[in-house]
Amino acid sequence: MDTTLSVDSTEHGHGPAKGLGRWFFTTNHKDIGTLYLWFSLLMFLTGGCMALMIRAELFQPGLQLVQPEFFNQMTTMHGLIMVFGAVMPAFVGLANWMIPIMVGAPDMALPRMNNWSFWILPFAFSLMLSTLFMEGGGPNFGWTFYAPLSTTYAPPSVTFFIFAVHMMGFSSIMGAINIIATILNMRAPGMTMMKLPLFVWTWLITAFLLIAVMPVLAGVVTMMLMDIHFGTSFFNAAGGGDPVLFQHVFWFFGHPEVYIMILPAFGIVSEIIPTFARKKLFGYASMVYATSSIALLSFLVWAHHMFTVGLPLAGELFFMYATMLIAVPTGVKVFNWVATMFHGSMTFETPMLFALAFVVLFTIGGFSGLMLAIAPADFQYHDTYFVVAHFHYVLVPGAIFSIMAGAYYWLPKWTGHMLNERLGKAHFWLSFIGVNVTFFPMHFLGLAGMPRRIPDYALQFADFNAVASVGAFIFGLSQLLFVYNIISCIRGGERATDQVWEGSHGLEWTLPSPAPYHTFTQPPVIK
Amino acid sequence: MIKRVWLLPWIGLFLSLPAKAAWEVNITPGATAISREVYDLHMIIFWICVAIGVVVFGVMFWSIFHHRKSRGAEARNFHENTAVEILWTLIPFVILIAMAIPATATLIKMYDNTDSDIDIQVTGYQWKWRYQYLGQDIDFFSSLSTPREQINNEAAKGENYLLEVDNPLVLPVGQKVRFLFTAADVIHSWWVPDLAVKKDAIPGFINESWAIPEEPGIYRGQCTELCGRDHGFMPIVVEVKSQADFDLWLADTRNAAQAQAAAASEEWTLEQLMERGEQVYNTSCAACHQATGQGIPGAFPALVGSPMVTTDIDAHINIVLHGKAGTAMQAFGAQLNAVDLAAVITYERNAWGNDTGDSVSPQRITELQQ
Ligand code: HEC
Ligand SMILES: [Cu+2]
Repeated sequence: MDTTLSVDSTEHGHGPAKGLGRWFFTTNHKDIGTLYLWFSLLMFLTGGCMALMIRAELFQPGLQLVQPEFFNQMTTMHGLIMVFGAVMPAFVGLANWMIPIMVGAPDMALPRMNNWSFWILPFAFSLMLSTLFMEGGGPNFGWTFYAPLSTTYAPPSVTFFIFAVHMMGFSSIMGAINIIATILNMRAPGMTMMKLPLFVWTWLITAFLLIAVMPVLAGVVTMMLMDIHFGTSFFNAAGGGDPVLFQHVFWFFGHPEVYIMILPAFGIVSEIIPTFARKKLFGYASMVYATSSIALLSFLVWAHHMFTVGLPLAGELFFMYATMLIAVPTGVKVFNWVATMFHGSMTFETPMLFALAFVVLFTIGGFSGLMLAIAPADFQYHDTYFVVAHFHYVLVPGAIFSIMAGAYYWLPKWTGHMLNERLGKAHFWLSFIGVNVTFFPMHFLGLAGMPRRIPDYALQFADFNAVASVGAFIFGLSQLLFVYNIISCIRGGERATDQVWEGSHGLEWTLPSPAPYHTFTQPPVIK
Repeated sequence: MIKRVWLLPWIGLFLSLPAKAAWEVNITPGATAISREVYDLHMIIFWICVAIGVVVFGVMFWSIFHHRKSRGAEARNFHENTAVEILWTLIPFVILIAMAIPATATLIKMYDNTDSDIDIQVTGYQWKWRYQYLGQDIDFFSSLSTPREQINNEAAKGENYLLEVDNPLVLPVGQKVRFLFTAADVIHSWWVPDLAVKKDAIPGFINESWAIPEEPGIYRGQCTELCGRDHGFMPIVVEVKSQADFDLWLADTRNAAQAQAAAASEEWTLEQLMERGEQVYNTSCAACHQATGQGIPGAFPALVGSPMVTTDIDAHINIVLHGKAGTAMQAFGAQLNAVDLAAVITYERNAWGNDTGDSVSPQRITELQQ
């Protein structure tokens, strides 16, 4: 295999183009993957700075650093940037890099569209960030932008926000089409569906979710646009409209969206744990079924974000039961991971540490999710810091840890160098401590009665807020280690073998490290 | 294990944090039968999660400890087991059903809004609450009473910092109070943890909820739906009184309203109006137009030097009384009494160097409102 590959790529002379043009015009899945990953890192640091601004203001009661209107812009932008700018592009970047070489394809199915789906993003986010400097400020209505706060009462820049969301939507939909086309059509002969690596499976399902719900998001922002500029009253009660309709449409997008941000994470962790446990993944088939059922159920639970809007009793009960049901397939996944570790032969390199932390901390986020599903109890949790704690547990040590785990896991394959384990472990432990010190106390704050999205709070919340702020700075600053680690791994380090990790299996590990610019131009043979 | 040493400085840091307030970690059992049921549900589901966590994490850490390569563990070769997989799908399912039953029962009770003794309409405004006791001729606004200096760290913060209001909602003990929630501008959410009531106040909708407070006392809460700039500054204070005290309060409040009406027919000098107007301005207008009258560019207009405020007096009165549809500028005609309206308009026309010398009399407002 390896020899045919390298001969092939030199013969055609298809190396990367020279200069900056390489990055603007590239249609190579690895280049585009790299672009996505750098972009998402940049956005992660930008959104992170906003989070630190929020935590700095909340370090003590009283208004010290920012005024409420700016605080609201920070919470909104932090959320939007982390969701649409950091987590989603990171997963798409990993998909671009890994899916073709995991299924034995030479590239993505639609390479030119791939270039567009990436290059829309920098423009979308420049547009969105520029609103912060406009008169009246940027979006200040929360990342969930509930009408009419985001329509009748919004700052004028909301129109640019709507346009930016449309652009992100285009980008995601094109990316998703590309991923589906690649997985369904470009698998090497013999790579049957039930042989696909789980990362590929979870991404396939995620891509279908994206195609299903991004148009819904586009629809809801378009309705806002019409209300603001064209005299309609979709969400304006004074004109006969319905503000709650906004929430139904938003969460019909929004709930699948949270699975869009976690299913690929499940995939990554399901790759890493078997490698470092040196044992096959337990329950592969049930993993696939569990992922699919989570995806299906995700369309039936949106109103659990709306238990307090005054749904009828029957609606309330339906959404409570459906939400509780999601715990079943999610539990199956966690049990499978633990069973994979059970009687394995484990080692604890950096990717494994992040994956293990994922399993524990994501599960904690799952527990608080189960508590939130209990509608009568949710009345006490809803829109408090308990919810903030819950979704940060599933998104930070959940989605983000899985992305870091994936980055550390595949970096040697991308760069040809092993990473510095000592630094990697330092990054892990600092992040692990930082994350827990930041977000665990938020459970207590919420239960004790602190609402979310407030720039100032009553005195009884002071202590835990101070703790959380300290944790946030530990977590935030330790990400500089991550950046340093990546750069030094690109620049040098011990040479990586093809297999990289002792226990790794799969097509990507049959390629040389670093993976050549063109791979699998001839399909591999799969036993 | 050596890595744990890293933890020590942090543990030290947390222990040394001032223990000035309680490190409250749980929800309140509250002051109603329903709030106690909710608390029990919360505790049951919490302990279920703890139990599952202990088992799952227990197995996981046991494997991490025993099945590590450095201890010579060899990987075994199993990777599926249908019986086990079915079992660990069914067991959680059964646990969930057991949990759903009490949750459903409580929810059904919470939705029973019938047979109330007293009905109160609660309306959310940017950024205050309005309480109307239906059929009782009582109608008032309730807004934050914490002074700005405390928020800006220019004065020491009081005990109930940000959780205190000028006019609390007063309820009789032991009566079934039905709340009808709505909003005048954006969505707000009315939450008092001790009553286990959290319901969104939505413009164009009426939502219902109820509570039977069992103990006289003061219960505090906050708005929990992001509603704009001062979302963090619209608390709720509920004062539960014995029936006798409640009746006294009803009488007092009605008398005060009559006295206010009488004040509107008195003569007010420019100085008196200015003095009163400054207070009204600071509680009702400063959140948007700012204490300096400079507003916030792009969001809330400056009143200093505004053509409307310095010249067109009729337009000025009109916008304050009726607001401007489709903007954050509310109609204050129904919120403030004639004296306050006259005072605040007079104040705006003469403060911050606007110096028009105009004085608007309460009588003029009353006439316009007829
Ligand atoms: C919730 C925010 C808010 C509050 C509170 C508020 N206003 Fe306004 N006000 C506005 C906005 C927004 C406008 C601009 C409306 C428009 O688009 O013309 C405005 C406009 C005005 C204007 C017209 C200014 C001009 O030059 O056109 C006056 C006068 C005014 N407000 C007086 C008051 C008074 C008096 C109060 C208190 C009793 C008050 N406002 C409270 C938001 C507010
Ligand atoms: Cu509010």
